[in-house]
Amino acid sequence: MTETTLAVEMRGIVKRFPGLVANDHVDFDLRQGEVHALLGENGAGKSTLMNILAGLYHADEGEILVDGAPVRFVSPRDAIAAGLGMIHQHFTLVPSLTVTENILLGLDEPRFRLDLARYEDAIRKLAEEVGLRVDPSAKVWQLSVGEQQRVEILKMLYRGARILIMDEPTAVLAPQETEELFRTLRGMTSRGESIVFISHKLDEVLAIADRITVLRRGKVTASGTPAAGKTKPDLARLMVGREVLESIEKVPSVPGAVVLELDGVSAVNDKGLAALRDVALQVRSGEIVGLAGVAGNGQSELAQVVTGLRPCHGRIHVQGRDVANRPAIVAIESGVAHVPEDRNGTGSAPNLSVADNMIMKSYRLPPIANGWFLNVVIARQRAEELKAEYEVAAPTIDTQARLLSGGNLQRLIFAREITSEPKLIVAVQPTRGLDVGAIETVHRLLLAQRAAGTAILLVSEDLDEILALADRVAVIYEGRIAGVVDAEGADVHELGLMMTGTPGHGSAVA
Amino acid sequence: MTIGTSRRPALPFAITAERRLETPRLLPLTTTLGAVGVALVISGFLILLIGGDPIASFGHIIVSAFGSVGVLSDTLVKATPLIFTGLACALAFRMRLWNIGAEGQFYLGAWGASLIVLAPVVPPGTPGIVTIPLMVLAGLVAGAVWGFIAGWLRARFNVNEIITTLMLNYIAILWVRFWVFGPWSEGGFQLSRQFPKEAWLPRLTDLSSVLTVFSGLTVHLGLAFGIVAAILVWFVLKRTRKGYEIRLIGDNPQAANYAGVNIRRNIMLVMLASGGLAGLAGMAEVGGVVHRMQDAISPGYGFTGVIIAYLAKFNPLYVVFAAIAFGALILAGREIQPAGIPSMIQGVILFCVIASDVLLRYKIRLVRR
Repeated sequence: MTETTLAVEMRGIVKRFPGLVANDHVDFDLRQGEVHALLGENGAGKSTLMNILAGLYHADEGEILVDGAPVRFVSPRDAIAAGLGMIHQHFTLVPSLTVTENILLGLDEPRFRLDLARYEDAIRKLAEEVGLRVDPSAKVWQLSVGEQQRVEILKMLYRGARILIMDEPTAVLAPQETEELFRTLRGMTSRGESIVFISHKLDEVLAIADRITVLRRGKVTASGTPAAGKTKPDLARLMVGREVLESIEKVPSVPGAVVLELDGVSAVNDKGLAALRDVALQVRSGEIVGLAGVAGNGQSELAQVVTGLRPCHGRIHVQGRDVANRPAIVAIESGVAHVPEDRNGTGSAPNLSVADNMIMKSYRLPPIANGWFLNVVIARQRAEELKAEYEVAAPTIDTQARLLSGGNLQRLIFAREITSEPKLIVAVQPTRGLDVGAIETVHRLLLAQRAAGTAILLVSEDLDEILALADRVAVIYEGRIAGVVDAEGADVHELGLMMTGTPGHGSAVA
Repeated sequence: MTIGTSRRPALPFAITAERRLETPRLLPLTTTLGAVGVALVISGFLILLIGGDPIASFGHIIVSAFGSVGVLSDTLVKATPLIFTGLACALAFRMRLWNIGAEGQFYLGAWGASLIVLAPVVPPGTPGIVTIPLMVLAGLVAGAVWGFIAGWLRARFNVNEIITTLMLNYIAILWVRFWVFGPWSEGGFQLSRQFPKEAWLPRLTDLSSVLTVFSGLTVHLGLAFGIVAAILVWFVLKRTRKGYEIRLIGDNPQAANYAGVNIRRNIMLVMLASGGLAGLAGMAEVGGVVHRMQDAISPGYGFTGVIIAYLAKFNPLYVVFAAIAFGALILAGREIQPAGIPSMIQGVILFCVIASDVLLRYKIRLVRR
């Protein structure tokens, strides 16, 4: 580390939100040409700090220097003008427009006549220079998530950003895409650009960062320490403030009767293309079957057909009752609980209260239902109990669900789904975007349900998670079950080959 | 001059908006009242512009709407249909069903109630105790059917209810026109014969033989129905399973679907109920005020219902107060001008109230450069 020019310096940043101090006198600096990871649990204040730097929020106290000069950003425009670009977790692209059109969107140039060909050439040249493989004339909806992210990066570079702030960039990426992203980032730093990498994934931070700043509950617990020589337990302790159990205690499973049985199931995705082809799968009571696969190979659709959210062909039996192609209520009444992939979009009603969200599955059953009426007293009492038992950190049960952090919302969803005393739990990406502490909770809850004799179908893109929790692993590739193997002694290399569709691996032994 | 990233305005400060994480409890009420205040200031300028005296005009409106028991009673009479149409809109809007067909449902309700007397369904001389419940039922059913058409089309074929309800308004108005120009026309005029006394909703003035203070007060039973309806809608939304489903669908249809709620059935049910409420407004107007069927029976009560629902933030209980405020504006506004300025004030109020919503979602502040 010979280069020590400071690209950004933030001093004594304080940002208060009603009821909490999101940033409490935080210092942060970014050297030119480095990747500086900002590590912390969800709600630790990482995004708030970077939103302040990017001009979206305004600090209550503190000062910001860019290239040594004090700045005061009033809007993201100011930040971009100073060379700072932020790439958010959720992309801000228009799907029906081309890459070029998206990049030009909101700029003052071109002013009236849109000479797309000229700008396309300019963008293609820029993309080649920085090594981002994107076709400028492609429509955004045709691109994979990884490609869309490249468009976002390109957008910022085209606007002249020299400092990139990336908010959890790998949360939406497949492992290969993550590697490609890391190559891109290294290329950028070698050209003198600087990167803030917000994450709570320890492996990634250790793989990409030059230095690390750790935040815990709005305060800095490690300030710009070099990444070299740090270990995962070191970082986890700084993040969480206590020792984190790395491995999970798992007792051998006692599989019982078949609870879920799929036979010859086919379905199409939202675009009308085949997503599931002739799927056969069984899940027994007291076992966890992990569904492994690269994103977009039909996992989401499989979870949806089982829970009654997507039409299909074929046979799906839950405890002998056919639930295929029936409304969601049939699956619910057959004892299927669903921890959905999209916690905000599907799993909760953001503007309704915690209490209202808790009763989403039980409002039609006594004692909460009383004929046509709702027993609000019992509903609230139940919500209070669940909030305490599952440690949902919310001020009151009247707090709107949208104000909960990802981990707390997931606790709420688990509380609701588990108290329905399900025979089968379909959990899709249950730990995605959660911090270490919340992941531990989710894993503990799933194993407790397994011990209680519930059948569990765990869909995850995190192979390590599947191998840690599952008793059997089913690999899905292009809508087909490529094979089912015992998790005990499974060969990761072999699973990887099955996940990428290499022929000669795996045989359907559902 | 360049515009854009390099822009450096001359002002020493900038206005910024930050998303609110939490909405303080009293904020919705204060911003709504504030928005009405701003609307009145704008309206005052309009009155000034046409050479009027805004202070005197507003004073006159207040006096002639609330100044005595008699005019207060008239205000409440004007508010009665507005309570129903406001509730109709608030209920549907709660589920994000944009029923802007309360006007047509009002007409159908009025027509249905008239049918009982004019068809006639009951023979002349039938006592009120039989006639009036039948009129209420007919008004409710006729409005509900009109709402259901749009609800069914939306549930079955996903036809946009904004378009269908809007278009159904014209059909309803022309349908009524056919009857008052044709079968029900009295002496060639575009109105029916007057209803017999038994078909009049009881008014306070009808009790003046017992209590002389009620003499001349035209408030009728419809107001009581309206207040009961408001409490009922509030209760359904807050305390019943159906109401929970409606709130869930209104907030996140995908979550409702995931929770096993039958969304299509709820769309049809809510449009049925919404149409029925608007139909009751029509029933109350012919049975309680006009006492006959005629052309142009509504001066836009159905559309004003949209404004009232927004003003009440879709809360059924607030609808009653918003309706009374608008009843006053309609009544007293006539003293300023039969049309024009008073309805312009209504429009300005709606505009300001909807615009003020941004203050609930964002914290606006000035930042020094």
